[in-house]
This record gives sequence, C-alpha cells and structure tokens, in this order.
Amino acid sequence: MKRLAPPRSTGQVMAWVLIATLPGIAALTWHFGWGVLTNVLFAAALGASLEALVLKLRRRSLKPTLQDSSALVTGVLLGASLPPGSSWWLILVGMVAAIIVAKQLYGGLGQNPFNPAMVGYALLLISFPVQMTQWLAPQGLFGPEALSLGDSLMRFLGPTDVDHLDAISGATPLDAFKHKPEAWLASEFWASQPLPQGTSSAWQAVALAWLVGGAMLLYLRIISWHIPVALLGSLGLFATLAYAVDPSQHAGPSFHLLGGAAIFGAFFIATDPVSAATSRKGKLYYAAAIGLLIMLMREFGAYPDGVAFAVLLMNFAVPFIDYYTRPRTLGHARPARGIKVKQLDDREERQ
Amino acid sequence: MAKAFDFPGGVHPPQHKTLSNQTPLIQAPLPRRVVLPLAQHIGQPAQPWVKVGDMVKTGQVIASAVGLISADLHASITGEVVAIEERPVPHPSQGMAPCIIIEGDGVTDEWETLSPLDWHQSSRDDLIERLARSGVVGLGGAGFPTQIKARVGEHHVIETLIVNAAECEPYITADDLTLRTYAGDVLEGAELLARLCGAERILVGIEDNKPAAIEALEVALADRRGDLPIELKVIATRYPSGGEKQLIKRLLDREVPSGGLPADIGVLCHNPGTLLAALRAVREGRPLVSRITTLTGEALARPGNVEARLGTSMAELLTFAGLDTTQLSRLIMGGPMMGFELASLDLPLVKATNCLIAASARELPPPTPEQPCIRCGACEAACPVALLPQQLYWFAKAREHDKAELFHLFDCIECGACDYVCPSHIPLVQYYRAAKGAIRAQILETRRAEHARHRFELRQARLEREAQEKAAKRAARAKATSRIAKQSDKNETASGLEDIKTLRIAQAAAKAALRKAEKALARAGESGDGNLEDLEIQLATARENLQAIQARMEAARESAS
Repeated sequence: MKRLAPPRSTGQVMAWVLIATLPGIAALTWHFGWGVLTNVLFAAALGASLEALVLKLRRRSLKPTLQDSSALVTGVLLGASLPPGSSWWLILVGMVAAIIVAKQLYGGLGQNPFNPAMVGYALLLISFPVQMTQWLAPQGLFGPEALSLGDSLMRFLGPTDVDHLDAISGATPLDAFKHKPEAWLASEFWASQPLPQGTSSAWQAVALAWLVGGAMLLYLRIISWHIPVALLGSLGLFATLAYAVDPSQHAGPSFHLLGGAAIFGAFFIATDPVSAATSRKGKLYYAAAIGLLIMLMREFGAYPDGVAFAVLLMNFAVPFIDYYTRPRTLGHARPARGIKVKQLDDREERQ
Repeated sequence: MAKAFDFPGGVHPPQHKTLSNQTPLIQAPLPRRVVLPLAQHIGQPAQPWVKVGDMVKTGQVIASAVGLISADLHASITGEVVAIEERPVPHPSQGMAPCIIIEGDGVTDEWETLSPLDWHQSSRDDLIERLARSGVVGLGGAGFPTQIKARVGEHHVIETLIVNAAECEPYITADDLTLRTYAGDVLEGAELLARLCGAERILVGIEDNKPAAIEALEVALADRRGDLPIELKVIATRYPSGGEKQLIKRLLDREVPSGGLPADIGVLCHNPGTLLAALRAVREGRPLVSRITTLTGEALARPGNVEARLGTSMAELLTFAGLDTTQLSRLIMGGPMMGFELASLDLPLVKATNCLIAASARELPPPTPEQPCIRCGACEAACPVALLPQQLYWFAKAREHDKAELFHLFDCIECGACDYVCPSHIPLVQYYRAAKGAIRAQILETRRAEHARHRFELRQARLEREAQEKAAKRAARAKATSRIAKQSDKNETASGLEDIKTLRIAQAAAKAALRKAEKALARAGESGDGNLEDLEIQLATARENLQAIQARMEAARESAS
C-alpha cells in the first residue's frame, strides 16, 4: 500500500552506479590521459541534453526523468568505453544512437530492449572502425609523451589527424594478440614484446579498478552477484578450456579476464536491469551465455573484443529466457515454463 | 532460537514497534455511545435482533448470524438502542453500512453473560455452539468466524494448531501486549481450539522482536497443566512471517497448495487475540464485546495498547491517547504494509481493528509519483511467494489478464513487500488488486452470459421435445387410419430407414451428453464450487434433447413400419 519510503529510489540507484564508475574512470584517466575525461564528461552532458530534447518533443515533463540520472549513466558508460580523446562528433553520433534511438524511441527508461550504451558503441564500432580502434598507448597523465590537457582538447574539438595519432596510438592487448602472425606461437608472440611498455599492466589496473566499483555495487546490493559471477565464470571457464586444449595458440584465462572489457562489462554493462534477464536463474543463463559469446567472438570473430556484441545478442534472448526461467511459486508443485496457450484454453473450457 | 525453515524473499522495513510497546495494556474509558456495524466479519451482515428504543445490557445479542459464514453481534455497552441506520464504517471502500447505535450513561455497565463452561468437560457441540453465540471472529484483521474454523476438523484431518503470534507488520503491538498480559489464557484458548479441531500439537510462532512476550509465554508454558504438546518457536524477524502461509512454511516447511487452505495440509492458524476471546466466551460466558488494539503514530502523545469496547469512536480513542490533530497527516487502520487509510476520525472501532496509526507527515509522507519500472528485480527478491512482480505489473498495466493469471497473479498475498522495495515508487499491489478485480468481474460476466444461453437452450430443447412428441402421436394416428397408403409408398419407407440410422447416432450422442452433464453436476456438488444452478439447467437441456430424439425415432419407426 506504499506508505513507507523504499530503501532506495531509482535516482539513488543511478547515483550509486555513477559513484561506482569513479575508480574505473580514475584508473583510465591515470593511464590513458585527459582524453578519458573529455569523453566521459561530454558524453554525460550529451546524455542529459539529448534526453531533455526528446522529452521536450514528446511533451513530457523534464524533471522526474532527468532526476533519475539514467541518461548520465548511459553517457558515462559509453564515454568510458570509447578510445580516450575521441572527437566530439564521434561521441555525438554514439550518444544519439544510445539515447534517442535505443532508449527514447522505445519509450524511455525501462522500455528499451537493448542496452543503450552498447547500441551506441556497436554502431560506432561498425561505422567508424578506424576511429574506434585508435586507443592511445598508456602514456598516463604526465608521462614524457603524454598529451597535455590542451592537446587533448584540440584533439577532441578538431578533425582527427590520423598520421599524427599513429605515433602515439597503440593496440590493445586483445587487439595485438588477435592480429599476431598466424605462424607464431603464443610464447613467441609475448617474447616479441608486441605492446609498448606498460600496456598490459595499465589494462589490468583499469580492469581491477572496475572490479573495485563493481564490488561496491555488489556490497550495496544494487546489483546481484548472479550476472558478474556467471559472466566472468563462464568466460574464465571457456578461456581455461581453450588454453588447456592448445596453450600455444590461446591466451590464458587471466588475459581474457583482465585484458579487455570483460570486468567492466560484467559489472556495469550486462547488469543493466532494464535489458537483462529478470529472474535470478535467468540472470545466470543470460550472463553465462554472454561469457561464452565473448569468448567465441574473441577466438573466431573479426573484432578483438566482443563484449558489446555479446551483450546485445543476449538482450535479444531475454524475453525467451524470462519465460523459461520463472521461479517456482510457493504452493505450486512445479515451476511454470514458457507461455502455455493450451493452459488458457483449458481454463476457458472449465468455465 | 528454534530451527526455522525459510520462505523466499521478505523485507525488513523499519519496525516502529517501540512507539507503542513501552507501556502496559490499559482499559480504554467506557464510551457513552457505540456504533456497531452489522458486518464485522466476512460473510453476510448479521440480522438486527433489537429495535430502536430497546434497552440492552452489555453482552446481549443485538444481531444474529445470517447464512453459513456469519457471526452474532452483541451490545458492547449498557444502554438504549437509539438508531439502526447507515453509518460510515472503517472499510477500504470508504462506504456506509447498516449499524446499531447504542447510547449509555458512560458509567453503568451491567452484563448479560452466558453460563460459564468447563471446556475439558463440555461436549464439542456445546463448545462450538458457544463460539457461534459469542460472536468470536478472527481478530488478526480477517474477521473469519471462529466457530467455522473450529469445525474444519469435520472435513479435514488437522494435526497442528499454530498460534500466529508473529505480528510482522511494523507499528502493531496488540498481539505482543496481549501475550505479555494474558499468555496463560492465550495458551489455554489454543488448547481449547486444538481440542475442537482435533489437532495433536500446538506451535506458537513468534518473531524475536518481542522478548517480553516470549518470556511471558515461557513462564506460562512452565505453569500449564494440559497434556497436549505445545512448542514455542521463535523465528527471526522478517516481514511477512505473520502471513498464514509464510508462517506455516517457516515453522513446518510445508506449503499450502495454490488456491488451497492451511487445513488442506493439516494446519490451522489462530491469532492470539482470537484465542483469548474464544476462551473468555467459554470459561466466562463473555461474548466478544471488546478487543485489544494498538494506538500508535507520531501524532499521539501517549501511544500504547488499549482494551476498548467495540463501537467506540476512533476519535475518542485517539484523543484518549493524546492525539495532536495538527500533527496528524494520515490515519491508517492495520499496519503500514497491508492496512488501509481512513478518510475520517469519526468511525467506530470494529472487531478487525488491530491497530490505528495516527501518522505525522514526517513518518508516513504522501506517496511519491510513480516512475518507470527499470526491472531492477528488487520486487522479485522481496516476494515471499516467488512471483515475478515486475512481470505481473506489466501484464496488469497492459490488461493482459490471461498472462497475469498464467504468472500466478492469484497466488499474490498482497503483502506489499514488492511495493515497499520498489525504487520507482510503483504501487504494485494496487495494480494486482485492480487486475484481480477485473478478472473476477470478467469470470462473473462470462458465467452470467453462459447461464442465460443455457436457459435459452433449455427452452428451445423443451419446445423441440414437445413438437417431436406431437409429431410422434400424429404419426401413430396417421398409421392407424391409412396403413394401405403408407405401404404403397416405397420411397418414403427407404428414406424412413435412412432417418432411423441418423437418429440412432443422434440418440447415442444425446445419451453421452446427458451422462457428461450428470457427471459434471455430481463433481461440482462434491467439491462445492461451480455454478450448480447452471449445471442443473445444462442437465435438463440434455434430457429434453434426448427425449426429443427418442420421440422423433418413434415417429420415424411408426411411419416406416
């Protein structure tokens, strides 16, 4: 009958998610420079503005929706996924896809079948593969070759000078391993020191920082353990299996867990309640399948990291998973499965 | 702590119990006037037994039960019946209902009691009769007549009687104080009702947030002389452990089947207040004229529990508890989770009033506007029956009632745990109630339409049968008068034979339909549900159809031979 205030409101949930992204963003900024902040701040601002714009067009009141901060969350998550120092137009295109197409055109918060940030990310990855793979080498904020804040802003505002960027851009660990010469064994590849100094450790540090934020969300019970554990568990399991079968061609589980967006995806992307499976059992299936898909895409796909595509693919499967993972209601012998049209007919007959 | 089993979900809302459980139970002042609604129980309202101007004594019957599920009503003060009329009553519908109004002088309190009975010696029938004549109903808020529950043993094997002392709703402390004050009597009441339903043991289920009541129970258990095993089970505090089905699950790890009753698994639950009232009705011959109720909320200067006469004005009770009307923002009867809001202070205390919360705007603020569901699953984690509340909400909102039913809408106990946790402030239970109401209305509507159709079909069948019987007679007469003419016409004989064949098939079908209708009626008669009248009409229609076909066959045979 709704009299006691809930333990936590939707706005508070979103605010906690924003807070939980701080360690990850801080680590990204520390290792990859100011460009991370320009990404995140611009994307978040765009998130709120685009949402306001659509609400205006839909003649909805702005305040309650903007207060829930969900558009900010989408912006921060997309901003953090883009290569540091992306140009403004790239971020704009991504956010338009995320907020307007993936979210508001489906009816706004709670109605979108797909994770908005990942829709934006996937669109950019397909449309602008060059810009999307220009990750900077981890020069840090103040390293000898680091971009200054001014340079970062220029890069954000101006047209991207690809030639100049080549000098400072570097492959991600997943990217490098993906494109290693086929004849090379994994050991030879690593011995060749394919990545600039500190790249792997920077990626690992960032992954662990996301883990800290994720642990915070778990501790606050804003997310349940089911999705992160099942996702990382299945990714780790399949990576171990591949490695066990042929260690000369496959990277080990720690590389897969820490080298890309797996932890970020497990705690911040796949856990998006709106587009994830709802029941606890459903979440396990949903996340385990994402883990498997990530592994398959990394091994056989064209893109080095498959988190965005894996999440989006499983978003498709959510209604199906939801129908087949309903919990057993108390007082019923068996859990109900699927939508059984026959059951409806039976009832009509009985009457 | 005794071993407890578990139900899924549950929540821990702030308790607010210390507001009202710090002071001992006191008697509310004798009211000068009482308003006694005729329907203070589920089932049909009682029939008035007195008229305006009658002088009545406390405990005298003023209205008697009507129909199967109903309860007697007794004068709760000594005085004169001044009116029998519609008055506003405390009900979620905020409506009016017939009430008997008695006025006294505020001092005189003469009693008319029944003879005391010794429940160890008296016959079972006498005891049940006594409960019926004392107007005892479930005082936990449901208002189910107690004598009917006592009779459940006639159809079901009851093995365990549970004293539901969990009192899981925030704010309410009426059972807590009842147990602290009358623990021995409550246990004796439990033994009495256990005897009536044939239970072999008694379990007292209580949450661990009532240490004083637990202590009182332990003392009473040590003192008692009865030989029925009584076990005290203290369970961890979690809402809604006091839900009948949830408590059974926690104490016995048994589930009440969907759509069934605790009696189906050999259990009966009673609230402590009910047991006390039942014992008083038997041992002292004292009918139910008062109840223990919690007066609480921040708008009261002296919150606590009182034993008050039924029909006392709530305004009077709250004033007695030091109501500050400037502080009062919402008045709620029952707990904050499942109770309902009262529109006025000027309502009578009824048998179901276990708690009145005079809440300030600070403690129970006005509802926050609903935001979109983000499918966060907090409701699912909180649901004590393992439903998917967000899915049900979706179906209820879209009026997809079939799907809502498939997702077990009717297993929802409306405990409000999902409501409480929802970060988007969605009043989920309201949606479920609306959907349940719409489905029930729809079923009723289909039944009515079916019934009308069946009556029409019966009429058609009767007309058909009469026409066929006439035709058969006519054929017989025609055969008698013009045998020669018939025999000459061979074509007609052939077609007559053909007719008989089809008619035989039709006859077999009609017989089968008749058997089916008979079976359906017998089944419905046994189980007690289903629309008997409608099934009878269907049976009659089947009979008429069969007779009509037989008449046609006779006519065909006559004309053929």
